Amino acid sequence: MPDPMRIRATIQDGEATVRVLMSHEMETGQRKDAAGNVIPAHFIQSVVAMHNGRPVFRAEWGPAVSKNPYLQFQFGGAKAGDKVQITWVDNKGETRTDEVVIR
Amino acid sequence: MKRIAWWTVAIAAGALLSLVGLRAHAQPRDAVKEIERYREALAEGNPAELWEARGEALWKTTRGPRKVLLEGCDLGKGLGVVKGAYAALPRYFADVDRVMDIETRLVQCMVTLQSFTAAEATRQVFGDGTKRSDLEALVAYVAAESKGVVMDVPMTHLKEREAYALGERIFFFRGGSHDFSCASCHGEPGKRIRLQDLPNLIDPKDAQRAYTSWPAYRVSQGELRTMQWRLFDCFRQQRFPALQFGSDASIALTTFLARNANGGTFNAPAIKR
Repeated sequence: MPDPMRIRATIQDGEATVRVLMSHEMETGQRKDAAGNVIPAHFIQSVVAMHNGRPVFRAEWGPAVSKNPYLQFQFGGAKAGDKVQITWVDNKGETRTDEVVIR
Repeated sequence: MKRIAWWTVAIAAGALLSLVGLRAHAQPRDAVKEIERYREALAEGNPAELWEARGEALWKTTRGPRKVLLEGCDLGKGLGVVKGAYAALPRYFADVDRVMDIETRLVQCMVTLQSFTAAEATRQVFGDGTKRSDLEALVAYVAAESKGVVMDVPMTHLKEREAYALGERIFFFRGGSHDFSCASCHGEPGKRIRLQDLPNLIDPKDAQRAYTSWPAYRVSQGELRTMQWRLFDCFRQQRFPALQFGSDASIALTTFLARNANGGTFNAPAIKR
């Protein structure tokens, strides 16, 4: 089970700001270990944020995103007390979903 | 168009020139300021929070052969009290009759409360990129619970005073192949290595700023690093023999630095290059 994300969500003037810190190696697949073997790629490929059953944010990532990615985005149509679910899926098919309540 | 007196033009030109002169002189200051601003921007989303979360889980989970919580541990502020504890360490602990820093105290609690052996508790003291360190996570958690607290390292017990005095001697002790001491780099104002400003650790202001920023997430290492790690790495850079984890020397040096930082507001875990 991958590590949980740290998520904070606040609302101001009708706009919600979500800040997510994800725990992930984000291995590019271009590095080699001490023995000269390629370290296999292991990075998040897609991120989706859901609010009230509709996706409010999507991202498709590649090897350029660094380890333990930090993501921040805004969306409208929310109010305090609403829940936002963030899901990521990586290239190995591992996935993690965490939820936050908008304050 | 009204004719402008020649002397008003002269004054304006002079003012402009002096402004330009000032800007040119101020450029080195601007570079330092810009790095500071960059670091502040990085502070949002500090990966150290992932270590804090892991440390909190470790603190609140029953572990070890005795399946006990670490919440029975006394970090100096009372049993299980984590808030503010880091800002008052190192300190003397009566139950072991010695001065301990956060890491040695955590190991002590893991051994006595949870019945880990000392070897098990210190098997992976520093994360190496693949293997994680539980101690680093615990230190991150305890440190975060002292954020905003004013440093208040005690100096009442004789052993605390001895630790400080020993730490001070180590700080000024020149040795190793390069005849370095800590003071070689950290004993004068205005020094730097490449682009890294070096705090003058015997100046209270610099000591406060430096000490209160550890533990920190070291971006270049991809790990959260503690004071024990920082001192270990300093010894390595000085070409000294390896500093033993949790040794009296490491505790003494930490006591010296932490006490010098008294009065500073604790601000860790921070993020560093």
